[in-house]
Amino acid sequence: MNIHEYQAKELLAAQGVPVPMGEVATTPEQAEAIARRLGGAVVVKAQVHVGGRGKAGGVKLASTPEEARDKAAAILGMDIKGLTVEKVLIAPAEDIATEAYVGIILDRASKAPVWMVSAAGGIDIEEVAATDPDKITKMAVDPRYGFLPHQAHLLATKLYSDPKQVRATARILQQLYKAFIEAGASLAEINPLITTPSGEVKAIDAKFNIDDNELFRLPEIEALRDESSEDPAEVLAREANLTFIKLDGDVGCVVNGAGLAMATMDLVKYYGGEPANFLDIGGSSNPEKVVNALKIITTDPQVKAILFNIFGGITRTDDVANGIVTATKMIDIKVPIVIRLTGTNEEIAVKILAENGFAAMTDMDEAVQKAVALAKGEAQ
Amino acid sequence: MSIFIDQSTRLIVQGITGRDGSFHAKQMMEYGTNVVAGVTPGKGGQTFEGSVPIFNTVEEAMKETGANSSVIYVPPAFASDAMFEAADAGISFIVCITEGVPVLDMTRVRPYVLDKGARLLGPNCPGLLSAGKSKVGIIPGHITQPGPVGLVSKSGTLTYEVVYKLKGAGIGTTTCVGIGGDPINGTSFIDCLAAFEADPETKAIVMLGEIGGTDEQDAAAYIKQHVTKPVVGFIAGQTAPPGRRMGHAGAIISGSAGTAEEKLQAFRDNGIAVAQRPLDVVGLIQEVL
Repeated sequence: MNIHEYQAKELLAAQGVPVPMGEVATTPEQAEAIARRLGGAVVVKAQVHVGGRGKAGGVKLASTPEEARDKAAAILGMDIKGLTVEKVLIAPAEDIATEAYVGIILDRASKAPVWMVSAAGGIDIEEVAATDPDKITKMAVDPRYGFLPHQAHLLATKLYSDPKQVRATARILQQLYKAFIEAGASLAEINPLITTPSGEVKAIDAKFNIDDNELFRLPEIEALRDESSEDPAEVLAREANLTFIKLDGDVGCVVNGAGLAMATMDLVKYYGGEPANFLDIGGSSNPEKVVNALKIITTDPQVKAILFNIFGGITRTDDVANGIVTATKMIDIKVPIVIRLTGTNEEIAVKILAENGFAAMTDMDEAVQKAVALAKGEAQ
Repeated sequence: MSIFIDQSTRLIVQGITGRDGSFHAKQMMEYGTNVVAGVTPGKGGQTFEGSVPIFNTVEEAMKETGANSSVIYVPPAFASDAMFEAADAGISFIVCITEGVPVLDMTRVRPYVLDKGARLLGPNCPGLLSAGKSKVGIIPGHITQPGPVGLVSKSGTLTYEVVYKLKGAGIGTTTCVGIGGDPINGTSFIDCLAAFEADPETKAIVMLGEIGGTDEQDAAAYIKQHVTKPVVGFIAGQTAPPGRRMGHAGAIISGSAGTAEEKLQAFRDNGIAVAQRPLDVVGLIQEVL
């Protein structure tokens, strides 16, 4: 799960990290009032779950409250990489002497949280890691013992030489680590971490990604979810316990299991089609899941054909068949449906479908080819 | 032979009275797995299906039954502690089926289990099946038969699809292992490849990977150095967009790393036959057998 910059800053501030907070506005008038309250120059920042906001024009400097209102008016409603900006953060503009990067990720190669710090801040760290790895210091943390004080100190010395700044930074790193662990994050970064002309160290921007597997035990983090910044179909899917990701094609896919779902999308492409989505209905046998899956897929007007690919190991294929029959009675589905079922109770499933006017196939490749052809309007 | 489990496997089912645990315990027993005990705290003294004793703790179950392996079907909130408990009790092979274990938990569980000298498979995996001998986990028994192919995969149903297609062509398996799709887990592709290489009955190996991380690339480099048996590889997620988690927590392309193309290239560079479609695995295996 992604959270907004202002929420990430709140997590940091709660640990004691010096971070100029600002306030969130949803209208230009609110932005003006906040800027007036803060006094001085402000930065108006789009709150959306994508990187590269600055380059897209979603971050603007304003020297007066009136200017903050105009900049907010320009940014609110803006489309950044397919997401509409609903909120802007009005933050005090800081005088910046230097910019650094500090971040911690759950690294699958090290199988541990790994720090990355760099005196070259305000940048895309992945790009620096690829092109100029010497500018980044990495350090793995043994999670059984935690992030040790001397490790924080060592990393801080890679960024600054002034002893006061090193001490302040070591403290910030420990606070960031604590926020990372307590938020169940898979990534937590401050970028940039700045020094001011008077020597203070402050966090100006922050980003957290949360491990979805943590949310069951962190209700206060789950509460940070902003559904208005997510795809409505994906919100619907999550509520129905399905994993759904919208893509750009026209063949809607309903599959059990993540690996088979990806392989099915690939096969659609292999046979000359374009998948409209990734959708995993999971392993359990519940006709309602199929109903919800069809509801979600049919909200996409681009979908020209729907393909079911079910390998019934644990999933009972007769349950899936019942779900398809129920769903097609409940919703008016205007596009053709191709059904491939193999495995547990397949004979019963085929019978249920036949009685309701559906033909079921058993071969994955044939079913995919048929769905691709139907989506192109080539077959009946 | 087979890898990790066979007729000598004496299995404990942690969470045997739960919905999933009880269903799959029966399925495993029907397949012929020697389920010697169940563990559910508070239900010690009862029996499962009239024959399998239930204990309150893994330690007690192990002492009373001489178990050597354990499979975990408990909810995510309890799965980490169940893995710790199995390792503490001295179980040497632990399989965790549970999906949704927090990754931070796994950063602690994994080194703990390894320090105890145990092997962990999973979490978030379908388990494994040694054809005709034993199955631990949720892989349906009827989809494969004994034969010469060793299969290792990150996926559940994609594994079923491939072994079922192999069976359709009359080709069986020694052991099918699902290592799971989480970013941090107990057993890697390389662990399974090493075991298949050492298993005299395994004549060829199928490796089913997916997008995200570098496990497949690492495995490809290992194969070139250490595996003499022919390997056929497939990668799911060739059409997946970057930055989106495709179901499995580990199946995510970050930046330009972890793409299917990068992995397929690593396969080709290291002498692994690449299947474009799941179906192509069958033909490629027929060629090498």
